[in-house]
Amino acid sequence: MIARGTSAGSGRRLVLAALWLWTAIVFFLPFALVLKISFAEAQLSVPPYSALFERVDGVVVGLKATLANYGLLATDALYFKAYVGSLGIALIATTITLILGYPMAYAIARAPSPRREVLLILVMLPFWTSFLVRIYAWIGLLRPSGVINTALQAMGLIDAPLVLLNTQGAVYLGIVYAYLPFMVLPLYARLEKLDPALLEAAADLGAKPWRTFLSVTLPLSHPGILAGCLLVFIPAVGEFVIPELLGGPDTLMIGKVLWNEFFSNRDWPMSAAATVVLLATLIAPVMLFQSLRMRAEARP
Amino acid sequence: MKPSRRLSVTAIFLGFGLAFLYLPLAVVIVYSFNASKLVTVWAGFSGRWYAELLADRQILDAAANSLIVAVVSASLAAILGTAAGYAFARFGQFPGRATLAGAVAAPLVLPDVIAGLSLLLLFVALGQAFSWMPERGLFTVIIAHAGLTTAYVAVIVQARLAGMARDIEEAAADLGAKPFTVFRTITLPMIRPAVAAGWLMAFVLSLDDLVIASFVSGPQATTLPMVVFSSIRLGVSPKINALAALLILLSLVLLATSAWIGRGALKRASLRP
Repeated sequence: MIARGTSAGSGRRLVLAALWLWTAIVFFLPFALVLKISFAEAQLSVPPYSALFERVDGVVVGLKATLANYGLLATDALYFKAYVGSLGIALIATTITLILGYPMAYAIARAPSPRREVLLILVMLPFWTSFLVRIYAWIGLLRPSGVINTALQAMGLIDAPLVLLNTQGAVYLGIVYAYLPFMVLPLYARLEKLDPALLEAAADLGAKPWRTFLSVTLPLSHPGILAGCLLVFIPAVGEFVIPELLGGPDTLMIGKVLWNEFFSNRDWPMSAAATVVLLATLIAPVMLFQSLRMRAEARP
Repeated sequence: MKPSRRLSVTAIFLGFGLAFLYLPLAVVIVYSFNASKLVTVWAGFSGRWYAELLADRQILDAAANSLIVAVVSASLAAILGTAAGYAFARFGQFPGRATLAGAVAAPLVLPDVIAGLSLLLLFVALGQAFSWMPERGLFTVIIAHAGLTTAYVAVIVQARLAGMARDIEEAAADLGAKPFTVFRTITLPMIRPAVAAGWLMAFVLSLDDLVIASFVSGPQATTLPMVVFSSIRLGVSPKINALAALLILLSLVLLATSAWIGRGALKRASLRP
């Protein structure tokens, strides 16, 4: 028994050491570097940022850190608008996704067995389909000579093409479309466990369907709603592809700003600072999501 | 009692939602067979865009790069994700467990731009510190993608292990099998469907990633989403319609494979007493 314990111990230590090393490489170290470089200055060199520590013969003699990047983020109207814009767009899009996704998840959870599995797969399939392809499909539908405008004109409903693409509305549409499966799946997982006897009891006691929904179904599906909303909201805040391809020049989102600072302006410290601000914003929702997962895990 | 009426309202939402999900994809597939170069004018059925697509060297090279990255990074993620899923499901409480779990699972939700920029800064710093570090290219994309997809494999494997009785593993251990032997001969065969499903998901995610690859890739290593993205920016083209249709077909095949693996696992589980 004791011998087994120690040999199990060394195997465990090896697995855990490998996992700590891996997360150090792909998680902890990269974020430490982002934090460090966000205090540096952009300069024409390889790599294009100033050194944080002044060294003489390999000995650190001074610290050269600047808060200028954060200062610019806080004072520049463009960055501020992008930051607020991201949160606003993500919030509204998450709400729309919930309103569309909840009844879908409910209908799937209440469907009889063979049909239910088919419906689930139908909701999951877009998740397996290329994200870019799905956004691209909407460009074909929304552009001035696209399918929607052509059809409306052929029916005589409009004379000139509507401006649908490169608008704020198209960005909402894109986010709802891309993230709908992430909303439906956790909601389904929750609603599927709902005991139908509870609904019957409520109905037998004279509750109208809406009343039953509000006081039984909705409270019991609360963790699913929270998980689904976080799974949509968190990535949507940092979204780049959707505002870039479907949004217009007035669509300001932090992910796009970060991308442009990096690729167009080659200002690495500035995009590092934008990353830190984005991360700081998302830490609370991410922690909430993790604790939800932990609780779900602890449940037998 | 009128549950049937409410059910019909939700059924309408479901129908609308599914139509919303699938109509755009159907339009892309239909127009990929359009003979006309003007994407929205229908001029008869044609396979010419597929022929042009298969003659496009740039797209074929990028597809080959993407396949290499996806296969290698998914395999790496399958190994690390299985280790992580096993550790979280079977090691009980250990110091730093919550921190490690958070670090492994963070890529599930963190926006890609964050992962992309931070991993690029890492590779640049490593390149400066160690002269033997390879240039940025397919290698760095593989590491970055494995970092992202390990989380998915870990979640799938951990869920499978949590739902699995430990009696056989414990019996083997009581009979004197070393922990690694128990893992190799008992645990691994039982979680194989989960590992396979995790590998497939990692493969799909890697094949699909634009943002992280754009940050960490070098000038020579262009992946398929990077080529698609730069041509989408120029507008809708029939060739991209054809490519999109092929990618939709690929996702169908991969999901069917995954569902088939899952089905086998269910059957085997139900056969157990």
